[in-house]
Amino acid sequence: MSGIKRGVSLYSYQEEFFLRKLTLEQCVAVSASMGAYGIESLAEQMMPGFPKLSDAFYEQWHEWMRIYGATPTCHDAFLDTKRFKDRLLTLDEQVVEVTRDIKHAQRLGAKFIRMLVICSPELMERCAPIAADHGIWLGVEVHSPWFIEHEWIQKHLEVAYRVGTDKLGLIPDMGIFVERFPRVIYERYLRNGAHENLVRMIVERYDRHEDVHGLVEEVEKLGGNGEDIGLARTVGHFVSSDPNKLRDIIGAVRHIHGKFYEMSEDDREMSIPYNVIVPVLAAAGYDGYISSEYEGNRHLQDAFPVDSVEQVRRHQRMLSKLIGEQK
Amino acid sequence: MFDKYLIGEKGFRNVVEDGQTTGFQLEVRIAYYRGLGLSMVEGFEVSVDGREFPRENNLFTLRGRTYTYQQMETEYEEHWEMGEVAQLTVPLPGGLSAGTHEVAVVEYLRVSYVPVITTGRDRKTLLLES
Repeated sequence: MSGIKRGVSLYSYQEEFFLRKLTLEQCVAVSASMGAYGIESLAEQMMPGFPKLSDAFYEQWHEWMRIYGATPTCHDAFLDTKRFKDRLLTLDEQVVEVTRDIKHAQRLGAKFIRMLVICSPELMERCAPIAADHGIWLGVEVHSPWFIEHEWIQKHLEVAYRVGTDKLGLIPDMGIFVERFPRVIYERYLRNGAHENLVRMIVERYDRHEDVHGLVEEVEKLGGNGEDIGLARTVGHFVSSDPNKLRDIIGAVRHIHGKFYEMSEDDREMSIPYNVIVPVLAAAGYDGYISSEYEGNRHLQDAFPVDSVEQVRRHQRMLSKLIGEQK
Repeated sequence: MFDKYLIGEKGFRNVVEDGQTTGFQLEVRIAYYRGLGLSMVEGFEVSVDGREFPRENNLFTLRGRTYTYQQMETEYEEHWEMGEVAQLTVPLPGGLSAGTHEVAVVEYLRVSYVPVITTGRDRKTLLLES
């Protein structure tokens, strides 16, 4: 058995929370009931009133953690660089924003902050000492269409190694390992009127991991409609990296996003090879959390009921098996 | 995302002020997976039975407080929370006729990490409440 721990990003339950079918407490409770005790949260999604949360809220939060035996892991920060219509936030203003998030994460009892991939290496470096003073580690999310070897991510890695990986690092999102194009996504394009033959061509091209640059123009020439072209464009935002690349950055990784799009009834992710990923992480000695992050709802909600809880449950069963937990 | 839930099923009605029907109102939600400060909500285009109502004239009411399009642009404190219902008021002297109408809304959001303005789109057939 490896030391990898299981968690959930409450992002997974956004459909149920949006529709007021689950409360924040219920999101925590249902995760813990699956043995996913690491709780990652998004204040701007499920904590109304953020950034002005009351003392009573934080007390309640800690009470829930105690009742359900859960542990806060990560706060997912956003950075509204476009708050003003006519200009972007300056670096100094961004530091103020991140400082606000650092204080929130500390009050939650979380150890990590997920920083958006758009955050600059300069911002990370400026924030590192502030975060460290509050006992918080900042990780830039390696999220598609970025990938580990990308120059931007490598710059972040350089800063993390220079400043110290006890303060800064990376949070790889497993959505950089999309081996097969997610069925749940291309089926929506089909529902919206994409041509079956063109969808098949685009998906096969992706699944063979061929270069998809120029695919939009190619689909246009073949007489594709708006949906066909939309799919051709969408596949260009997906990434199929080799999970072994995780070994190269593992020293800078303290938290992982277990992105998934669709779990089958027999607990397999339809597009991301977790059966390869988890053993790579275990062999590399990773002992942090994998935080399940379901993102299938937005592709289903137009036509089908969404059951995020069942999807997370299947993902958690899969992780438990792959980690080698005792029954 | 969440486009399907943008227009509310309830709350579609004419607005009567001092005995005069001055417009109509409908309920809206954010077509996004988190809340946003109002300065980043760039308004709503509404169309009813094909007639278009530009976003500059429409009023946005959140928790009982009403904002013009211009006021939202510089509102940096208040946030529209995910899934939270707000009211959109469209000025139209005389209001809408009784019965059902085909209502469409385009919602514009300025999201930091998206290079373009994000749009949410929904279309519903609604019965005007009396």
